[in-house]
Amino acid sequence: MVNFNRFTLSNGLRVLVHEDPTTPMAVLNILYDVGARDEEEGRTGFAHLFEHLMFGGSVNIPSYDEPLQRVGGENNAFTSNDITNYYITLPAANIETAFWLESDRMLSLAFSEKSLETQRNVVCEEFKQRYLNQPYGDVWLKLRPLAYKEHPYRWATIGQDLAQIENAKMEDVKAFFKKHYNPQNAILVVGGNVKTDEVKELAEKWFGPIPSGDKYNRDLPKEPAQTEARSLTVNANVPLNAIYIAFKMPARLDSNYQVFDLISDILSQGQSSRLFNSLLKEQQLFSDINAYITSSLDEGLFVVDGKLVEGVSMETAEAAIWNELHKIATELVDEKELTKVKNKSESIMVFAEMSLLDKAMNLAYYELLGDADLLNVEINKYLSITAEQIKSVAADTFKKEKSSTLYYLANA
Amino acid sequence: MAPAFKQVADINFIAPVKKQLSNGLPVFIVNAGEQELVRIEFIFNNVNWNVQKPLQAIAVNGLINSGTVQFNAKQIAEAVDYYGSFLQTEYSADYTTITLYSLTKHLPAVLPVLWSILNESTFPEHELAIYKQNQKQKLQVSLQKNDYLARKNFAHAIFGDTPYGSDINLESYDQLTREDLLAYYQAAYQSANCTIIAAGKFDDTSFGVLDQIFGGTWRNQAEFAVNQLEFLTEVGRELYLEKPEALQSAIRMGNLSINRTHADFPSLQILNCVFGGYFGSRLMANIREDKGYTYGIGSGVASLKQAGYFFLATEVGADVCGSALAEIEKEIDLLRTELVSDEELDLVRNYMLGSLLGSLENAFSHADKFKNIYFAGLDYNYYDNYIHKVKTITAEEIKNTAIKYLDWNAMTKVVVGKK
Repeated sequence: MVNFNRFTLSNGLRVLVHEDPTTPMAVLNILYDVGARDEEEGRTGFAHLFEHLMFGGSVNIPSYDEPLQRVGGENNAFTSNDITNYYITLPAANIETAFWLESDRMLSLAFSEKSLETQRNVVCEEFKQRYLNQPYGDVWLKLRPLAYKEHPYRWATIGQDLAQIENAKMEDVKAFFKKHYNPQNAILVVGGNVKTDEVKELAEKWFGPIPSGDKYNRDLPKEPAQTEARSLTVNANVPLNAIYIAFKMPARLDSNYQVFDLISDILSQGQSSRLFNSLLKEQQLFSDINAYITSSLDEGLFVVDGKLVEGVSMETAEAAIWNELHKIATELVDEKELTKVKNKSESIMVFAEMSLLDKAMNLAYYELLGDADLLNVEINKYLSITAEQIKSVAADTFKKEKSSTLYYLANA
Repeated sequence: MAPAFKQVADINFIAPVKKQLSNGLPVFIVNAGEQELVRIEFIFNNVNWNVQKPLQAIAVNGLINSGTVQFNAKQIAEAVDYYGSFLQTEYSADYTTITLYSLTKHLPAVLPVLWSILNESTFPEHELAIYKQNQKQKLQVSLQKNDYLARKNFAHAIFGDTPYGSDINLESYDQLTREDLLAYYQAAYQSANCTIIAAGKFDDTSFGVLDQIFGGTWRNQAEFAVNQLEFLTEVGRELYLEKPEALQSAIRMGNLSINRTHADFPSLQILNCVFGGYFGSRLMANIREDKGYTYGIGSGVASLKQAGYFFLATEVGADVCGSALAEIEKEIDLLRTELVSDEELDLVRNYMLGSLLGSLENAFSHADKFKNIYFAGLDYNYYDNYIHKVKTITAEEIKNTAIKYLDWNAMTKVVVGKK
């Protein structure tokens, strides 16, 4: 159970407070409702590049990191296809510094040319380090455009290619800021050794004067229903053949979302899971096998991927995956196996409550979903799932015509 | 105007309570936290190092939960997973650890499985065969990663053919035999070589459960000698692995140094922080934030049981590798010749104190802090000294520490990619 209080400033900024007197620390987490899905084709990678620029100084404060480190704080941020999330942890006694820094960069950035030039380079190096200079690093650059044809999930957060990042202009940066970075488009969570009254006062003082800005109305292209099996074969300098099969699954708020999550657990969570035991241990077709979901706000992906044991044919390996998918789509999961994955989900949620930062991030994310209270009832959705639901969802999903398969082959 | 702020004044550590099982096995308990869960670690010294069998201890740790007299691999995993618990096996340079994460109420159901793993594991041949095959495939992938190659070659250059540096290759896996695994298991996994650390909700009742299951005589009784290592390596080596296709070069450099038991260690940690130990460090400010050569660069001081080492690691654009190396050398030189300004030093003091405070988040982190000192043979005075040093070190001392411990010419340098 994660307790919280909630209020909204007159400019539209939503604020949540989680009081945890057991820690001497505080967290300030701010989620902006913007991600790579809000980018235009041809100018991709921008939400993430922008996240880097948020550390390049704001209108009244030339350096973001330095004053924070000076008060004993640390910070970081991440960008996904859906959101951009910034967080600070610092000694609770110095919480006002976090308000000062975070509110100034919501008010306006410094828009320094030097910062733009440097961060373009830094992000290009990040692109190389994570996606281009690694074996299998570019899988998601290939898989996304195979699975999505219209929706902006067809590109990865890092962007479609290096050139689009290299070409980013200051006018694009300013326009992006104006469109997405304002109080109406953000959720602020303050947690730790703080009091709600104190947070209210500080929020009014620092964020209250920021103009509410224009409301961004998201109107993304809808992905048409997939009706044919898709596949792509890639040859690369990697040591092992690999396969990635992606199925469409519903958006995060769909009532079946948790069913998909449990299906992925049955198939691949831990060494008691089905794919691990059947495909890796018994049949020895794969040296590595996983099933997982992308947890996307819009229509997401359910992915099965694996690296083949040397000498195993792709045909055999692929058929074996389908055999397992067929099984879960036609046979009821037994009670013990279902209880197992539910227990695991429950314990993972309890463990997540050990971390102040995780609690703050979760509150912000569930508030974005519509109501932070959802966080505390999420487990009930898992516990109420039946074997029949699992079978029926699996039967609806694991069909060839809903699949996109990437064959990632080792150069001979 | 920047708000007023305070330097962190009090940092409170929760020291564990020491108890003993009926067989004398020491158990350290941090009974704290709100959630009804616990982490129990069974920590064993690495023993009987044999350079001819570099994977012996690693494979035993990896396969220990793959079958026992009572349970096969799948039954073990199911028994743990059914209760929402997690079992982790971890090998590190000095210790192997079997860790159980569990809701406290499920300990009576899960601990007997753990007992079986630690007392009667059988290392079935077919499990070993699958392990070899899959580990070799994983290694094949790692060997294509420049940062992995840099790390592996650096460790070997510094530590030679010891557990800290041994050069694992595909053939190393072929040599593994079931007999060797059993021999190692019987030597290492016994109560006389074990320390238990429990953190979370763990009261007297939980201790009673633990004692009932683990307080008797353990099965393994073979002779063992805790590893004693020597490192005879040359300083200042340069290794270059050319990868003509590389977009980035992985750089790793450093040298043998002091560990936590040395009086200078806190000063070296502070120096390291200034140099490459946090986001605002000299290396990050110059090589990422000014030049844009890399996504990240950092340095660290690692404290092992029988050695310490200093290291620096980054991946930089292949076209700017030479420039990055020159900038790194320049930054080292600056620390050895010029005093750190008061402004920078104050910032680093506050940052390090805040960071230490923030690292004491929950019962697990308090237990981790205890492990740092306990296994180095130190007590909580170490942290008092560390905090005192962070608050009072002078710029002159930092410079002298750099002269003593940061020497470009003495560093072994590994570059994988292009220069």
